[in-house]
Amino acid sequence: MAPRVGVVVFPGTNCEHDVVLALERVGADAELVWHAATRLDHLDAVVVPGGFAHGDYLRPGALARFSPVMGALSRFAAVGGPVVGICNGFQVLTEAGLLPGALQKNRDLRFMCGPVSVTVASSRSVLTRAVPAGTELLLAINNFDGSYVCTPETLAQLRDEDRVVLRYCQNPNGSLDDIAGICNRAGNVVGLMPHPERASSELLGSTDGLVLLRSLVGVGVP
Amino acid sequence: MAEAGGDVEPLHRALGLTDEELDRVIDILGREPNHLELAMYAVMWSEHCSYKSSRVHLARLPTEGPGVLVGPGENAGVLDVGDGIAVAIRIESHNHPSAVEPHQGAATGVGGIIRDIFTMGARPLALMDPLFFGPLDQPRQRWLFEGVVGGIAAYGNAVGVPTVGGELTFDPAYSQNPLVNVLCMGALPIARLVLGRASGPGNLVVLLGAPTGRDGIGGVSVLASAGFAGSDGAGPADQAKRPSVQVADPYEEKRLIEACLELLDLGLVVAVQDLGGAGLTCAASETAARGGVGMELDLSAVPRRAAGMASWEVMTSESQERMLAIVAPEHWDALVEVCARWEVRAAVVGRVTEPEPAAGRPVGRLRVREHPGGPVVADVPAASLADGAPRYRRPMAPPADLASRRAAGPEALPPPADCTADLLALAGDAAWVWRQYDHQLFLNTVVGPGGDAALLRLAGPGLPASRRGVALTTDANPRWCAVDPRAGTALLVAEAVANLACVGARAIAVVNCCNFGNPEHPEVMWQLSEAIDGMAEACTALGLPVVGGNVSLYNESGGVDIPPTPVIGGLGVVERLERRPPGTGWAAGSTVVLLHPPGPPDLTLGGSRWAVERRGQRTGTLPALDLAAHRRVASLVAELVGAEVAGGGGLVDAVHDVSAGGLGLALAEMAVAAGVGARLGGLAGHAELFTEAPSRVVVATTRPAELAARAAAAGVGARVLGEAGGDVLVVDDVVEVELAALCAAAAGAIPAALGEAGWGR
Repeated sequence: MAPRVGVVVFPGTNCEHDVVLALERVGADAELVWHAATRLDHLDAVVVPGGFAHGDYLRPGALARFSPVMGALSRFAAVGGPVVGICNGFQVLTEAGLLPGALQKNRDLRFMCGPVSVTVASSRSVLTRAVPAGTELLLAINNFDGSYVCTPETLAQLRDEDRVVLRYCQNPNGSLDDIAGICNRAGNVVGLMPHPERASSELLGSTDGLVLLRSLVGVGVP
Repeated sequence: MAEAGGDVEPLHRALGLTDEELDRVIDILGREPNHLELAMYAVMWSEHCSYKSSRVHLARLPTEGPGVLVGPGENAGVLDVGDGIAVAIRIESHNHPSAVEPHQGAATGVGGIIRDIFTMGARPLALMDPLFFGPLDQPRQRWLFEGVVGGIAAYGNAVGVPTVGGELTFDPAYSQNPLVNVLCMGALPIARLVLGRASGPGNLVVLLGAPTGRDGIGGVSVLASAGFAGSDGAGPADQAKRPSVQVADPYEEKRLIEACLELLDLGLVVAVQDLGGAGLTCAASETAARGGVGMELDLSAVPRRAAGMASWEVMTSESQERMLAIVAPEHWDALVEVCARWEVRAAVVGRVTEPEPAAGRPVGRLRVREHPGGPVVADVPAASLADGAPRYRRPMAPPADLASRRAAGPEALPPPADCTADLLALAGDAAWVWRQYDHQLFLNTVVGPGGDAALLRLAGPGLPASRRGVALTTDANPRWCAVDPRAGTALLVAEAVANLACVGARAIAVVNCCNFGNPEHPEVMWQLSEAIDGMAEACTALGLPVVGGNVSLYNESGGVDIPPTPVIGGLGVVERLERRPPGTGWAAGSTVVLLHPPGPPDLTLGGSRWAVERRGQRTGTLPALDLAAHRRVASLVAELVGAEVAGGGGLVDAVHDVSAGGLGLALAEMAVAAGVGARLGGLAGHAELFTEAPSRVVVATTRPAELAARAAAAGVGARVLGEAGGDVLVVDDVVEVELAALCAAAAGAIPAALGEAGWGR
């Protein structure tokens, strides 16, 4: 049976349909999950997609962490459920404390949209477990607040525990240690700024994002 | 009511109505209008809303054709593009708001055009922004430029509609009056098509979205329908207009889009109409007039965000992110449920009423009360607001020195001592702008900004499956149109068709945004009339209906008009989109071929970027446009590239049309895109390098003989220019430039002008 993947929709989310399309391309059975939902336990994985949840009011993710679905998401993650936050989803996961650090404004203080090359830095996350470390992928970024920042202690921990999942080949935004994506200690919660779904067909110029999504949907709740 | 004491300006004039227009209102009402009614007529009869100076000319445009479901006059043009899908398209200006408050002005322009699209039941899928500023060496221009681009990015990105292209022009002629146009394209299952028509007396009139405030009062009249006073466009009187600019909230609009599309899908609304220019007055009177019904409004029911608003303020506020919906009473509860889910405010503010007997035919009246059962404070025939404005046939006159200006062509200028330097100065790409725009959302963008045209999958949430693609382009050229508005506008239509062909698309329709100066200047009216004639000629010859348009007049400052600036938005269709088109970058070893109309090259240089920007000469005549030959060239290119995107072909490695900057710049752009140089020759000196003669497309191929045969069969000339390869671009003995220098000139132009290092550093 195809793995069931929930794609969370807050008011202001805008990448949900794109993520559903890309997940379907790798054989998943994707469904939209409204932010008021309080149960996720029927799902095999959850994606928090990009966009502007609650208008990014205050700062990205700051209001979304209070949406009802976030309690369910925390419980889902706590029992090992695979959770991936893409772009705004990454920002939401850091605000909710599911991932450490924060995303601050890009170095040039501008929105940046375009292709970006990243290297898989670790294969121990649910998003990269089928991809050898060192693999270069052509994805896309699309954000204003995409520059990862954290304390020196957290950075040391992320490195020691092999939790930096993706690094930019050429740092576009001043992100600390070229970080494009990280995971939690267990490897089942991943946040990344680049959009795998935007690299999901030859027509769009890259299929590299499918490699990541295949890793995700190949993994169910233990 | 319109009394004036002493030297106080009469109210109607302060609101923007002439004495004659006041008389016309009195005629319609059979009495003096009160303050509220006067305010309503002033906004609806403003140039911006009524097109009173341009309507008699716009009537000359062809508007019908196969596939046209909705033509001009509605919120957007709609075309059947096959597979049960219709495309809605519209373009508008937001020039004056952007001139006084660039960020909010541009952002609200984006918001407004998006509402026009989902009003028709279409999901907005793509935006394009043609922008015109003065040179960036002026600090004020940098402020305007960064503000406008930032405003478009902030709104478009957050509202979730990708910006897939546009135009960028820097010219001293726009220093005092920048232009910000925005085009939106959406798509819908044909069955969801709705028109902004009220019907069913007894139905509820419902306001959706943001509460009403004092922002944007008089936007259409004070701001959009009068020129700027200050010689620098920033005098105190002009700055005082900043409160007439609205404030944008893309998050409110995003929820409004989702809620309205859901309401339409569920059949819970009879019609929706956006509140834009002239606010509630416009939305109520237009929906009532189109439906031939009346409407009663209760202003106490209008949700507000400012205390103590007068009725005329509520009726003319241009607060953004509001929609008017016509709802059958039995659907109200279900509507409230949908709106609550999307956190969209909904309030019943009135009812649709029966048209009333009158001399002639029944008249739908718009009646306004300040509270339920209260006295009627405005009572006017709805259609007199929407369609009753006078239509002016304003005086027109060509410029007195037209003959001498046309006689002085830049062909007589001495050839450049250094063509390469001129070419490098013309290079410059707009990536600094479009990298700030989300141009990829919906996974539709096969060719995004920077290409000849944008090419999108015809797909989106809620649409039936399709293998087709749609292509979009916006084209403007104030240099051409200043030399000859008629021929220049015809060339723009031709340019749009050629751009669409370069991504494999067949053009099916155009929209236009006519940006001109003060219509009370006879020369400006002549320019407008000429431009419309040129557009009509080209569209008729190329079989293109004009399905919508916008006219922006009073683009002047200190009495100086902008050059005539019609903008053409072109829509094309690709029958089968399976593979990315070849793009502009050639491969080493490819033969570079120029497809062109039969006959010797046209070496006319009038209106060219070389003449205007490098030699400061804006006179002369434009190269000739043979519309029949153009159609043959464009059809051949659309066929060749169409075969590539359908997954076959193999004849075209790279393709780029020749436009502003001439063949020289087209070749330079192809080299930059490829990262590969070329050795080319056989050109007739600098004139053939820089002429912007139409109907020419550069194609790179590995099968030149086959390409030549196809061209010959199609009645198109094909001339081999040379071969791509190496890291130098060489053209005869006139151009020799290292690829690295060319790339640096192109990529560095805007960042350098802004004092920045550029993307990612």
